[in-house]
Amino acid sequence: MKFTLRQRQIISAYLFLSVSLLFFIVIRWYPTLLAFNISFRDWNVFESSGPWVGMDNFAEIWKDAFKPRSAVRAAFTNTILYVAYGVPLQLILGLGVALLLAQIRRFSAFFRVAYFAPYVTSAVAIAFVWNWLYQPQTGLINQVLSALNLPDQPFTSSPKQALQSVTAVAVWQNVGFAIIIFLAGIQQIPETYYEAARIDGANGWQIFWGITLPLLNPVIVYLTVLSTISYLRLFALVQNMSPQGTGGPLKSTTTVVLEVYREGFSSYHMGYAGALTVILFFVILAITVVQLKFLTRRFDY
Amino acid sequence: MQHKRFLTLLSALMVLAMLLAACPAPAAPAPASSGEAAAPAAEATEAPAAEEAAAPVEAASDDVVTIEYWQYNFEARVTAMDQLIEMFEAENPNIKVIHNADIPYAEFRDKIAASVPAGVGPDVATLFYGWQSAWIDAGYLVPLPEDAFPPATIEAEFSPMVSASFVDGTLYTLPTAVRTLALFYNKDLMEAAGLDPESPPTTLDELAEQAVKCTVRDANGDLEIEGFVTDLGAQDHHWFREVLVRQFGGVPYSDDGRTVMYNDDAGLQAWNYLLAFKTELETGDNTLFTDSTNAFVSGQVCFHVDGSFRLGTLAANAPDMNFGVAELPTHNGIQSTFGSYWTHGITKKAAADQARFDASVKFLQFITSAQAGAIWVDIVGELPAQLEAGNNPELAADPKLGAFARGLAYAHATFFADESAQRQAMIDAYDMVVLADEDPAVALDIAAETDQEILDEFFSE
Repeated sequence: MKFTLRQRQIISAYLFLSVSLLFFIVIRWYPTLLAFNISFRDWNVFESSGPWVGMDNFAEIWKDAFKPRSAVRAAFTNTILYVAYGVPLQLILGLGVALLLAQIRRFSAFFRVAYFAPYVTSAVAIAFVWNWLYQPQTGLINQVLSALNLPDQPFTSSPKQALQSVTAVAVWQNVGFAIIIFLAGIQQIPETYYEAARIDGANGWQIFWGITLPLLNPVIVYLTVLSTISYLRLFALVQNMSPQGTGGPLKSTTTVVLEVYREGFSSYHMGYAGALTVILFFVILAITVVQLKFLTRRFDY
Repeated sequence: MQHKRFLTLLSALMVLAMLLAACPAPAAPAPASSGEAAAPAAEATEAPAAEEAAAPVEAASDDVVTIEYWQYNFEARVTAMDQLIEMFEAENPNIKVIHNADIPYAEFRDKIAASVPAGVGPDVATLFYGWQSAWIDAGYLVPLPEDAFPPATIEAEFSPMVSASFVDGTLYTLPTAVRTLALFYNKDLMEAAGLDPESPPTTLDELAEQAVKCTVRDANGDLEIEGFVTDLGAQDHHWFREVLVRQFGGVPYSDDGRTVMYNDDAGLQAWNYLLAFKTELETGDNTLFTDSTNAFVSGQVCFHVDGSFRLGTLAANAPDMNFGVAELPTHNGIQSTFGSYWTHGITKKAAADQARFDASVKFLQFITSAQAGAIWVDIVGELPAQLEAGNNPELAADPKLGAFARGLAYAHATFFADESAQRQAMIDAYDMVVLADEDPAVALDIAAETDQEILDEFFSE
């Protein structure tokens, strides 16, 4: 059999693609599908098999959500709060810093690296450093507060501040990603638009609202979707910043993913954990679809 | 367009998922069905000798049986077990023991859990006694054969706390060594506070009094030296349940371990005593210096309730610390301490193959012998579980280990259905009082209620 050069190119392309496809099927998709299966079973991980229980796990989650001091309810409310605080903060900060970075020439590479470094740092390492910064009495932040004669703050050791304290770290870690993407978006906007606007006498504020922001819409949508998903899946920071990794104090920082982990690997209720995963999957899916639908607008000039 | 396609792909995936989920039992490698099928296959590749031996059991005495033993990574434990395995293999040339101690403590339970559906994992595993219930409940541990481990002999020869390894009269696990709690005290800090470092507190009242005297605050009122830190996340939840509650005249649980009893008057007095270090006496704060254990190790705490295992931590991290160890303070003349242990069980993987099961039983007998306990105490510093080795007068006279060894006679081990969840109930109760201004009695009732739910769920299965 003879192939033309073009055909041979295509075949080798598929050959290489199939390797990564295989990886995705085995490492990503298959376990995902299994999680659906597990969510319909009463399976303790030490047992070889769990009986099919239909929607029982989902019913139990529903029931647990209404119990007093429910961990599941706390997990879902907190997860929503993480998104509500984290996503806008990350986008606004990211855009602000990106606009400033777009203005400077000197040291711009240095600033980009500095802002991006936390994003590629392990969440566990970040959590440890921030745990020390947040330490009551001896932590750097409280030392500074004391020096300024301000009262000490408990941060992660108080249920009133813990969630916000963790969100702050998550934003600090992820803002670098938003900055880089915004920068790329800003540089895509043709200089001619700005020139035309200035000739027409538009001020900086009008230029920002009339040109920069609308033309950044695809970037904003992209970042909103991605950062929402990342806040919905918050885990490592919470696990390493709450006492004994339990999402405390008093469940004030726990997230859905953390409860999945605790149910599955501390209490061995794999079916229950699987059902929580499935719920989270649909929540993420629904939110993403809604965001794509309502945030996407085309602006042409 | 992009989104349309994305949605189509997602819905296709969903349909596939539903189809897969609707199958009565997943195909071969799915965890839900793997156990029986995968385990023998794994054995075949791992231990061909054992496979052969399995068929004609008696005729196979010349073949070498290979069993796998797992424990978490802790240097002294690994050294001690290596030595025991060497001795065991010399005595039993036809049994080979693979020692897996590569897993860090924090991941140990996860790795064991993950090994089960994969059909690999240990024949004999070391586990915290508080995890037993969950593992037995899941059918992962098999009962120890009565002819090899006669219950009456076990009860006579082992420390009484080992009775926690009997579930409904059946023995599932057995330890090499046990630990008890005692009172650590920092002699230098006591001396600096004008206390006599050679007479540490012997009663609860003395502890409270000396803790107050030992506490030092700076000009801003910040704690520099903490007299005593209430820390439910450390050992204080054990101290409360098995020691304080009993000393104030209560019992933590009913005799059959099914009913929570610590939220009565006696329990509330014990609870208030424990809380007072934070709320009234203000001798410490568990969020300072990371936690109470760290604070003690770094020389910031005068008195600290902890286990014999902490001696190793101190030797490694604070070799110059001038500290002593005393038996836990008494109250109303009642002495008590909490005993706990890492114990060894035989898994269903071993039970699937007679030759390996027999080898595992022999190995378990060997590592739980008095001889093994004596080696263990020398290397690891944990007390032998066998009374014969534990009653050694030399051990009782040891300036550090002595206080723990003397505690063996009056130690209680709690029966846990889910140790981490039951501990969390106590931690939350403390946090409710300290962080959310809840009434102590209400918080204790909530802890008891949560604890009772965990027990009920376990016993209803």
